Amino acid sequence: MSKAKLKKVKGITKESTQAMIDHAMEIYPEKTKKKRVPHLAPNEGEGACVKSNRKTVPGIMSARGCAYAGAKGVVWGPIRDMVHVSHGPVGCGWYSWGTRRNLMSGINGVNQFAMQFTSDFQEKDIVYGGDKKLKVLLKEAHELFPLAKGISVLSECPVGLIGDDINSVAKIATEELEIPVIPCNCEGFRGVSQSLGHHISNDTIRDHIIGTREFAEPESPYDIALIGDYNIGGDVWSVKPLLEEIGLNVKAIWTGDGELEKIAATHKVKLNLIHCYRSMNYMCRVMEEKYGIPWLEFNFFGPTKIRESLRKIAEHFDDTIKAKVEAAIAKYDPIMQAVIDEYRPRLEGKTVMLYVGGLRPRHTVNAYADLGMTVVGSGYEFAHGDDYERTSPEMPEATVIYDDASEHELEQFVDELRPDLVGSGIKEKYLFQKMGIPFRQMHSWDYSGPYHAYNGFPIFARDVDMAINSPTWKLVKSPF
Amino acid sequence: MSAETAVKYVTEIPESEVKRVSEWINSEDYKEKNFARQALVINPPHACQPLGAELAAHGFEGTLPFVHGSQGCASYYRSTFNRHFREPAPAVSDSMTEDGAVFGGQNNLHEALENAYTIYKPKMMAVFTSCMPEVIGDDLTAFIKNARNKGCVPQDYPLPYANTPSFNGSHVHGYDSMLLSILQTLTAGKQVEGRCTGKLNLIAGFDANTGNYREYKRILKEFGIPVTLLADISETFDSPLDGTYRPYPGGTPLDEAADSINGKVTMTLAPYASNKTFGWIKDNYSGTHVSLPTPFGVAKTDALLMKLSELFGKPIPESLKAERGRAVDAMTDSHQYMHGKKFAIYGDPDYLMGYVSFLLEMGAKPYHILCSKGTKKVEKELQALLDSSPDGKGCKIYINKDLWHMRSLLMTDPVDAVIGDTHGKFMARDANVPLFRFGFPIFDRVNLHRTPLVGYQGTINMVTTICNKFIEVRDETCEDRHFEMMR
Repeated sequence: MSKAKLKKVKGITKESTQAMIDHAMEIYPEKTKKKRVPHLAPNEGEGACVKSNRKTVPGIMSARGCAYAGAKGVVWGPIRDMVHVSHGPVGCGWYSWGTRRNLMSGINGVNQFAMQFTSDFQEKDIVYGGDKKLKVLLKEAHELFPLAKGISVLSECPVGLIGDDINSVAKIATEELEIPVIPCNCEGFRGVSQSLGHHISNDTIRDHIIGTREFAEPESPYDIALIGDYNIGGDVWSVKPLLEEIGLNVKAIWTGDGELEKIAATHKVKLNLIHCYRSMNYMCRVMEEKYGIPWLEFNFFGPTKIRESLRKIAEHFDDTIKAKVEAAIAKYDPIMQAVIDEYRPRLEGKTVMLYVGGLRPRHTVNAYADLGMTVVGSGYEFAHGDDYERTSPEMPEATVIYDDASEHELEQFVDELRPDLVGSGIKEKYLFQKMGIPFRQMHSWDYSGPYHAYNGFPIFARDVDMAINSPTWKLVKSPF
Repeated sequence: MSAETAVKYVTEIPESEVKRVSEWINSEDYKEKNFARQALVINPPHACQPLGAELAAHGFEGTLPFVHGSQGCASYYRSTFNRHFREPAPAVSDSMTEDGAVFGGQNNLHEALENAYTIYKPKMMAVFTSCMPEVIGDDLTAFIKNARNKGCVPQDYPLPYANTPSFNGSHVHGYDSMLLSILQTLTAGKQVEGRCTGKLNLIAGFDANTGNYREYKRILKEFGIPVTLLADISETFDSPLDGTYRPYPGGTPLDEAADSINGKVTMTLAPYASNKTFGWIKDNYSGTHVSLPTPFGVAKTDALLMKLSELFGKPIPESLKAERGRAVDAMTDSHQYMHGKKFAIYGDPDYLMGYVSFLLEMGAKPYHILCSKGTKKVEKELQALLDSSPDGKGCKIYINKDLWHMRSLLMTDPVDAVIGDTHGKFMARDANVPLFRFGFPIFDRVNLHRTPLVGYQGTINMVTTICNKFIEVRDETCEDRHFEMMR
């Protein structure tokens, strides 16, 4: 994409953004400044303009999580018909218990297991090792939850440090219990962020799951898998019906409200549609190489991108699908236009800053644009270069891009740019609200959602409007 | 896969199986198997030590909690407080990674101390550990000494530090260890022979209800007793929205905390969450040392007021006497909605003791009492409370069990309501009974952390919440012909 196509924002130039970055750097010790500078830059419109996927600078107040968080919270946790054991001390499983909003169907404790299973390591487990305990608890889990299709064992920090061998325990248990028991060495100290946890989890799916089942129904040319949708606030329940409406068979979902055996049979689909590229591109590549399944990135935020994506998807299929896609677009366009007509006048010209993870710092940019808003800064907690390459063309010229931002940097940027809305996480939310700046949590949809697909956009629009135009903001400055 | 291996197809669980298991998990048979668990822990309501350490740290002026360990830990603790209080919770970590396992965490600690000190300008940093440094055996004492010598922070900069391994105890113990270290650090060399501040030092323990802290302060103001709340989170986690972000909006002033060693009286109202701290205070602080249970209900509040009156030589203020009367009035007016009702309760020891005495005062039954991280001592004290009332008969205590155990109890031996925290909502829904969110954390209701539970006012609040909910349930579920104007 040529730079000329980039949107411009009044008052934002390469120089102004650089000056803002320089200003934020002033307070840092020399060594820290040197480390942080390459992670912050004005958008150049092409390529990755910042360095990424590096170790966090200690003590700067990063928002990042860990590999375990990426494995438990993101990839494995949402699979509904498995028991996910947080293997180690009690905390990690407790903090990640129900705090991501990956919704699940089924009956809790019967055929759906959104619960906190832990080996609750004590001192003696650290000293003598936890393998024996693991062996016993796997049996107990199988006995108490007979409908669980499998068990994942997600290692917390101590497990890797004391030299436990969860792989052999899992192997034996798989044979004895006759269900897959998957060891996942996702200790929190591995890597630099959640991202390695995604990768490790993808690898465990590759090594233990994929190809172990096949779909019972006959194959069809329209069989696809939905990859990288975690059903936050019910996103999958908005996306799946739309994909079905255009004639596709959604055979498996990775992993929001996902089912283990369907994931295991995904090597039989004809196309992988991937939403969150960061967390699951690994398995898409594996399935492409090993089974020749093509994959396609798409974006279901906001009508413009949904329309574009649907047509891109249709390209992979015959005229029946193409016709259905056009029919769907024709059906939803006026509905979406009504949403825009309602909210755009209230949001036109407003600015947003984003700091999230996964796909949202780029994928939602155009959804805001659909509402007449401009994103004036964006960044990721745990992205890689290929994420930033994909981000540059979406963002307006010279707007600030930040990687693994510290709280100080975010605060400085927001204070300087004074956006009308900040979209980030729970750790940032109250800081900016205290500053009097409207905020939406963009990891969890702030306890709302879905935001994906046509059913999601009206909710997204309503929420953005509600955040910005809430009358409570008028009360912040007291009259005395 | 060999050619002979039969293809395994995707299977669906038959509806009949789902139905069978749905019923089975509610049965006596299941309960027996569930209680026979040796290794697997399911839905434990307690967190790990460092979370408590962070809460204690947030209770001091200008203090930045500092996690020595993996960065994900810090994000988890911070998010937990953000969600519960709906407030900022700034804290840093030194982001230990794989190389830390090989070389130890000293370099990370030093770099992080320098950065955090320079960027966030805290008056104190409270260092505590998560799993990694505990497992590899980092020597915090030496590391911190070296940090000062290297100039990462000034030589005299307050840097309390606590070992808070997550594979031992719970958040309550981490709170205790951090508080102890903070007090040891701040009071070092501050004891003055013959000096008495005339003040009360009050320890509230791991209490994530900012309303409780304000309530203590109000009661003491009525008395005219000057107080230093040790680890005062009331402003930290209930700060005004006025357009300015303040990273350290409250906390016990550091000089006041330092002078607390010369206090007239030091009192803990959370004996289980301040066991180590109080033990050290007894040996080191001037003045009188008193340990009282968390004042839930009338009798425990009475005991607190009488003790204060005795220690400070002040009569119990008329205003508080009237308040007591109003609490008793509120309880009597509504006793019929709680009398004989069975409750399942769970939580940290100090809160549990409070629930039990309060329920017994109302003629209700604390029927299933569960402490997921308890000791023989906890069990003994709970039993003594039960034995003190005829309504305690038949009530049972479960130590070191989890909420999946409690679910079995609710399904096989039902109760009328549950008292706990947000994590109990699934079992309460399965059992079709209300859940009263008096504990920590509360992720799914707004502003409850501002509603005090301690003292007479707290007692009124609990009675009002509980009784009105029971009445509401009746209104929502009764037949039309029993839907009445009055209740």
